[in-house]
Amino acid sequence: MSDNQDFTPNEMMTIAASRALRNDDVCFVGIGAPSAACNVARLTHAPDITLIYESGTIGTAPDVLPLSIGDGELCETAITTVAVPEMFRYWLQGGRISIGFLGAAQLDKFGNINTTVIGDYFHPKTRLPGGGGAPEIATSSKEIYITMAQTKRGMVEKIDFFTSFGHGEGGDHRKRLGIDTAGPTLLITDLAIWKPDPVSKEFTVVSLHPGVTRQQVQESCGWIVKFAEALDETPAPSELELKTLRDLQARTKAAHEGTGKAKAA
Amino acid sequence: MVKFLPLKQAVAENLNDGDTVAFEGFTHLIPTAAAHEAIRQGFRDLTLIRMTPDLIYDQMIGMGMAKKIVFSYVGNPGVGLLRRARDAIENGFPRSIEIEEHSHAGMANAYEAGAAGLPCAVFRGYRGAGLAVVNPNIKSVTCPFTGEVLAAVPSIRPDVTFIHAQKADRKGNVLVEGIIGIQKEAVLAAKRAVVTIEEVVDNFDDLHPNLTVLPRWTIAAISVVPGGSHPSYAHGYYARDNAAYLEWDDIAADREKFQAWMQANVIEKSADDFEARVEHLRKAA
Repeated sequence: MSDNQDFTPNEMMTIAASRALRNDDVCFVGIGAPSAACNVARLTHAPDITLIYESGTIGTAPDVLPLSIGDGELCETAITTVAVPEMFRYWLQGGRISIGFLGAAQLDKFGNINTTVIGDYFHPKTRLPGGGGAPEIATSSKEIYITMAQTKRGMVEKIDFFTSFGHGEGGDHRKRLGIDTAGPTLLITDLAIWKPDPVSKEFTVVSLHPGVTRQQVQESCGWIVKFAEALDETPAPSELELKTLRDLQARTKAAHEGTGKAKAA
Repeated sequence: MVKFLPLKQAVAENLNDGDTVAFEGFTHLIPTAAAHEAIRQGFRDLTLIRMTPDLIYDQMIGMGMAKKIVFSYVGNPGVGLLRRARDAIENGFPRSIEIEEHSHAGMANAYEAGAAGLPCAVFRGYRGAGLAVVNPNIKSVTCPFTGEVLAAVPSIRPDVTFIHAQKADRKGNVLVEGIIGIQKEAVLAAKRAVVTIEEVVDNFDDLHPNLTVLPRWTIAAISVVPGGSHPSYAHGYYARDNAAYLEWDDIAADREKFQAWMQANVIEKSADDFEARVEHLRKAA
């Protein structure tokens, strides 16, 4: 990796997340930050990765990031496109997904996610879009990766609603509910890489991104942060990673603002 | 037997006040023209079912037509929140609405069970999920063979389903292709189905044998409405108008702005206005 200091925290987050994906992964892709990371992986070190979006597109390779999970390009570049019930029954519930990659509005230290509601469910302060595919992605994928930018509002001691189950109260809570998949095994933020403690399952910082301090991680997180004893520094983005991400984002911006006007062939 | 009808008549003959209705389309092939016709005809007390109630349900909720919504993702895909739906849920404006919320897996299984003529769907889901606590229609059953506890939800059986599709042949058989979503299940689960299409072709003789074709006797009425899915898209005909989805966020944020937009773009317009809206989205190929 080159010692490149000219990158933003969000670029570091996306690139660190992309590195976690392997060439033989079958990845169920959430929209937003996960989608960018998955496609950077595909365009750099994991060219054969299978990306699946919940609209039924399997093995998709979009030239620009989709605005929605059902943009036409996902289907045009996919190996096959299946109906939504088949997507959830055969491919997700059937145990074919190695990584479910999710974003979060609210996250707690055990990897439980809320994208449903702020406040009481029946008398909400803010009604969010809800779970979509996430409740079953979280329990049927072999592992879950989560990516989000750190804020005190987003990373909280107690989430308002369990949209998708992570490690619950920690420990063996998943097992007690009859969930036999690993759940959240990785959290990548704009400041750090986190992994769950093997026993308590609490997310623990294992690597700080270049130039980030422990204090910065704590100041933008709503729970008392645990740090690993041997703390790594995340390698800075390489020239290739940065160029791949920026080119992808530039193509995406042009396509979405262009109201579908003819793209360059 | 299927009838080719003007959209105005197809909607009037098949939708009633108080109906349980699905206007389905999973990002692709959203039946916007049919929803706008329903808005112009002013139906009331509808139970609106849809996995991803996006702009058209935001519009119908904002116009006070819904008494209940059944859904699994109440957002503007890739943009954010649905502001008219939020206003109804958070503030009871323009009327309070009942909500029944599921996951995508729950809705997809429930539609499939409806199409299969079953009373409920059984699947591995909702484990540890808060929805199972707040939605009394999410229950569990124990597998009689293995003892595994599985989720159960009632099947979806709409009075009427509206979908948009690419084309019909002259007999009224309908082809759906691209992201096929839940279109087939939503049609087969319903008592009546109305399909808007881009065009009619002479026959389907040259089609691949395994494509998704709905036989004419599964459909009550077909209306030819080119562009009828805008700002969603029709694979092979025109692209998604992503800019319109971004603009909707601003329009729906304000009650008066919303009303003015609906008046100018829905109430005072007709199904014939859709074709011009997709002109700039048609691909050269």
